[in-house]
Parts: sequence; C-alpha cells; structure tokens
Amino acid sequence: MAFIEKKLPADAPVIEKALGWVDSRFPLTKLWNDQWGQYYAPKNFNFWYIFGSLAMLVLVIQIVTGIFLVMHYKPDASLAFASVEYIMREVPWGWLVRYMHSTGASAFFIIIYLHMARALMYGSYRKPRELVWLFGFAIFLCLMAEAFFGYLLPWGQMSYWGAQVIVNLFGAIPFIGPDLSLWIRGDYVVSDATLNRFFSFHVIAIPLVLLGLVMAHLIALHEVGSNNPDGIEIKDTLDANGHPVDGVPSHPYYTFHDIFGVTVFLVIFSAVVFFAPEMGGYFLEYNNFVPADSLKTPLHIAPTWYFTPFYSILRATTSEFLRVLMVGIAAYVGLIYLKTKLPSIVKIAIAGIGLLIILGMQPWGLDAKFWGVVLFGSSVMILAGLPWLDRSPVKSIRYRPMWHSYVLIVFAIVFVTLGYLGTQPPSPTHERISQVGTVIYYGFFLLMPWWSAMGTFKPVPKRVTFKPH
Amino acid sequence: MKFLTKIVATLALLPALVFAGEEGFPLDHAPDRSTDLAALQNGAKVFVNYCLNCHSASSMRYSRLKDIGLTDDQIRSNLLFAGEKVGDLMTTPLTKADAKVWFGAAPPDLSVIARAKSSEAGSGTDWLYTYLRSFYKDDTRPTGWNNMLFPSVAMPHALWELQGVQTAKFVEKEDEHEPGKKVQVFSKFETVTPGKLTPAQYDSEVADLVAYLQWMGEPAQGTRKQLGVWVVLWLIMLSFLAWRLNASYWKEVK
Repeated sequence: MAFIEKKLPADAPVIEKALGWVDSRFPLTKLWNDQWGQYYAPKNFNFWYIFGSLAMLVLVIQIVTGIFLVMHYKPDASLAFASVEYIMREVPWGWLVRYMHSTGASAFFIIIYLHMARALMYGSYRKPRELVWLFGFAIFLCLMAEAFFGYLLPWGQMSYWGAQVIVNLFGAIPFIGPDLSLWIRGDYVVSDATLNRFFSFHVIAIPLVLLGLVMAHLIALHEVGSNNPDGIEIKDTLDANGHPVDGVPSHPYYTFHDIFGVTVFLVIFSAVVFFAPEMGGYFLEYNNFVPADSLKTPLHIAPTWYFTPFYSILRATTSEFLRVLMVGIAAYVGLIYLKTKLPSIVKIAIAGIGLLIILGMQPWGLDAKFWGVVLFGSSVMILAGLPWLDRSPVKSIRYRPMWHSYVLIVFAIVFVTLGYLGTQPPSPTHERISQVGTVIYYGFFLLMPWWSAMGTFKPVPKRVTFKPH
Repeated sequence: MKFLTKIVATLALLPALVFAGEEGFPLDHAPDRSTDLAALQNGAKVFVNYCLNCHSASSMRYSRLKDIGLTDDQIRSNLLFAGEKVGDLMTTPLTKADAKVWFGAAPPDLSVIARAKSSEAGSGTDWLYTYLRSFYKDDTRPTGWNNMLFPSVAMPHALWELQGVQTAKFVEKEDEHEPGKKVQVFSKFETVTPGKLTPAQYDSEVADLVAYLQWMGEPAQGTRKQLGVWVVLWLIMLSFLAWRLNASYWKEVK
C-alpha cells in the first residue's frame, strides 16, 4: 500500500498539522483513543476501581525516585549503609526522595492487594479476562522480586539476614539446592557479590520486565473491556453508535475520577512520608538501622510485612504439620475422584502425584523445610489458577449467595492474620494458629471449584446498577 | 450460616489473641525534648565530651549542629578538641582493632543509634534513656561495670563521674515457670558513691543526651514534619478541587 500523507488545509493550526504528520507515520491518535480517549469503561465503577491507576502512579513514583536514589547510592558492601545515610543527610531533599521510595514500596503492595481483592469480589479474572489476570499475576511476582532485591540495598541487618534466609530457602531443593543458592548469592554468604547482582536486578532487569508486563496488562484489559461491580458485560448492550449503553469514554470521565482518587491517595501517602515514614517499624524495620554484620545473627528475622502471609505458611510447615497435609492431600484426591468428571487418565495422574507427595512427606522422605518452601511458593502460585478454580455461574459477589461473601471475609481475615503472625517471633500458639490459617488459605483455593458453585444465585440484571451523581 | 458468622467473629479476634507478652528489663519513658534547642545543645556537648571518645557518628557533620542553633564559632570553640574542622564528620580516634583488644567489642557508630534501638517495647530514646541509667558496679565483669538493660555489655559506664557508682540489689523469688526453683530478681539500684550530679540532675542530663541522639538519627526530622503540614493541607485543598471537578463532569452521566 502506498504511503498516504494526511492532508490538512494550509491554514490549519500548526499543532494539528504536526499531529497529522505524526499520525501518518505512527498511530498516536489511534493509540490514545484505543487505550484511553475512546475506551468505554463501565459507568458504575466504585471505590474498589481506583487501585489500578493508583498502582500506575506508585510505579511512576518508584521509578522517578529510584532514578535519583541511584545517583547517590553506592552498591558496595563497605559503602552502601553509609551512602543511604548520606542521602538522608547531605543530598538536598534526599530524605524526601528516600522516604517516598521506601513508603512507595509498601504503598505498592497495599494497592496491589486491594486491587486483587477487587478482582476476587467481582470475578474480574473470569472469562474473557484470564490473560488480564495472568499478566497482573506476573506483575505481582515481579513486584515481589523487585521488593526482595531492593530490600538488600540499604545493607542493614534485616536486609542482610532477610536475604540470607530467603536465598537459603532454595537450598532446601533436593540435589541442586545448595549449589543453586550458592549460584544466586555468588558467594558462600550474602556478600558484596550478592549486593551487586541484587542491585542490577533491582534497577534494571526487573523494572524492564515489569514495564513490559504493565503494558501487556493494560492492552489485554482494553481489548476485552473492564469488568464492573455487577459483573455484567457492558458490550452486550450497545447504543446506536455502537458504544456500550452503560459505558462512558475514559476521557474525560475516568481521567478526572482518577485524578480525584490520586489526590486523596497522595494525602494519605504524604501523611506517612512526612509524619510516620517508619510506620512503627513495618515500613522501615528498626533493626535495619544497624549495619549488616555477617557475624551477628539477629534474634528475630522477619521479612517486610508484605511477604509475611506467605512467610507464615512457610513457618507453619513443621514435620508435625506434614501429617495434616498428607491427610488433606489424600482427601483432596478422593474428592477429585468422586466429584469431578475429569477423564480417568487425568484422575490417575492426579492420584499418582498425590501419592508421590505423600511418600515424599514420610519421615524418611524429604524434610519439612523442603515442603515449607513448596507451600510457600505454591501459596503465591495458586493465585494464577483463580480463573479456572472459580466455577460460580455469575461473576460478581453481588449476585452470589450471601455466604460467599462471608467466605471472602474469612479468607481476608486469615490472610491478614497470617501476615501479622509472620512479623512476630515464633511461638507454639502462633505456630498452631498459622497452621489453621494455612489450611483455610489452601482450602479457600483448592475447594473453590465446589464451593463457588454452591448455593442459590440471584438473577443478574441486563443493565448495571448506577445512581447518577 | 450461623456457624460461618461465628467463624468470622472468632477470626476477627485472632490478632488480639495472638499478642505475645514480652519479658525483659522494663523501659523508662524518656522525656520528649526533641524540639527543645537548649536541651539538644546540652545533649550535643555531653555527646561530644563523653561518647565521641570511643564511639563515632560518622554520618554526622559537626556543621550540622547549626540546625540546633549553634554557630560555627560556638562549635569550633566548644566542641572541637583535636584540630577537626567544622565541616568534618564526627569520627573517633579509637580504632576498631584497639577497641576489640581493650573492650572485647568495637563500639557501634551512633549516627542512627536512636532509630536502631526502637522496638515494640518502646522508642529508641526510651531504650537509651533506660540504658544510660542502668549501669551498676559488678566486679565479675572485666570493666567492673554491668548493665541491667544490656547484661554483660562491653561498654564501661562512661558517665560514672556524673552519676556516681551504684550497685544493683537482687531478691530471691520463686520461679514462675518452674515451681521449687529460685531465681534472682532485680529489686533496685543503690548509690555507693555519689557523682557530680544529683539523681534528678543526672536523669535530666541523660534526657538531654538522648534527645540529641534522637535528633542526630535524623537531622531533617524537624523540616520533615513542618513541611509535611503544608504538603498535606495543600493536597487536601487539591483533593477538594478535584472532587468538585470530577462531580461537574459526572453530573451529565445518567
């Protein structure tokens, strides 16, 4: 096809001519319209729909403050700790940039957890949004990696020992474990070599992947269209122009809606940055103001709060708890046999895997530490399965049986409780509670194919619930 | 249904149930002098005279003391003893190697000590305030000193000439966890030799020092809080405007 220059009248404004020139060579206007300007979003978004744009805002905050931090930070085991204090004291506005970055990390996780809770409530991962969910899940993984690598950089005691503990987890993998953790560290203990590679991952590798995934997440979302609190496909009811009746163009409606959300968020964010940057030891751990010392192991090592729900699951997995798990696995295989219509070859495969796991959990098999790592990893990975685990005939919690919302609330409470326990020193009571929490956590997901389809569902209306403001 | 409601209610209580009691020497609450310039200046004087001989504060410049109201000349004539310049960092002549030999441990850098000593039991200032008032004479220790809050600490009582010498009195008690077993429980300190200061004066002197250490942990903290008020107020105004702007667009959506 021949190249066609978009012709504008000679007296057209320069800016329009320039845009025409660009549009003939690059789909600028088309991109804007597809992704935002003419992207029709449901008009009934509620409070829970602000976290997507807030996550984007925090991503920008992290990247911009990160760029400035890298200008002054020294990724060297003998200089790192002091260089952070140098930023806090001598770099003009360094304290602000650093606190924004450290608070931003925690804010990012709060926002992402709420963003995911929204998806859980309104079934936002359900068909046709499986890929939106999977890209989002991959973003969550990247974020965890980013936070983990970044946390080593201040080179305090918690940085150091937290990294030591997590890298050592890989050592629990049979055969290759010890070599694998050695390979990750680049040394026999966490050291300068580890700091340098973590720095590289934190400032280049992971952010690159993260940005690509964020683009994929948004493109996939704008392709299939946003879900909404009613879980209705607004594209099913179109007006004469072919636009969804219940949709509004994102610009200007959601532009200004999100700007309002952003300003409210910034009030809270600034309150933390300016008045409580340590957040009582949760955002900046006290022990991290002690420089890393490879000879002094702190009495109590806890990861930062956003990892602690999963960390609790790891700690809950004792050799005693393995017996509960074995019974659970046997029962689950039984349930699949009796209650599913899977092809028998699949059933046999599942039973085989179940048997292997149970054998592996025997006292002469693999130790509890290994299974703790397996549970730790799978408690995160299981989130990816949500689009296929949820079998509810309707998407939104609004039209599901009332008790489904209690299940969600129980799950949320268990998640927060596991998180709290993960920040605390271990104790027998805590261990027992986190074991119960672990069972509920896995039960929520693994039994979802059954419970999510049970009960009396309410009829889903054709049009969204919307009260004009 | 009822059962589920019960579970929800029980689970909601969990965080309260799992609260764990902490044992250890109780922390005294340090008076808040973080905005009292005279206290901070006195604290700086005590710090430079008594602490800086062994400890360093290597992230801190003497010149930063201008933030608590001192002038270059005041810093030069009152706080610099060994030819340092006002712009120098607060280092110490004691080398790590010597300290290891003399005390068994290198004294930690004190730049951010008040932040590092915070815990669930109390703030970093509470810890330091209690620590510096809990030294007692103990002839079984190589330095002749021990500390109730930090047992077997390598540091001798640097402020002893101010506080004087005190001993710790213990009483024998039943072990709560093991019946029939006796344990030594701390009851009180007893002054053996009075120091230059009365106990009340000494507490106040330590409170000043601790306030200084807290300030030194983050010299920008005053600016941070002052600026924060304006930032938050400005953002609240901005959110009000954004709220009305948003409403004006959305009123046309039916």
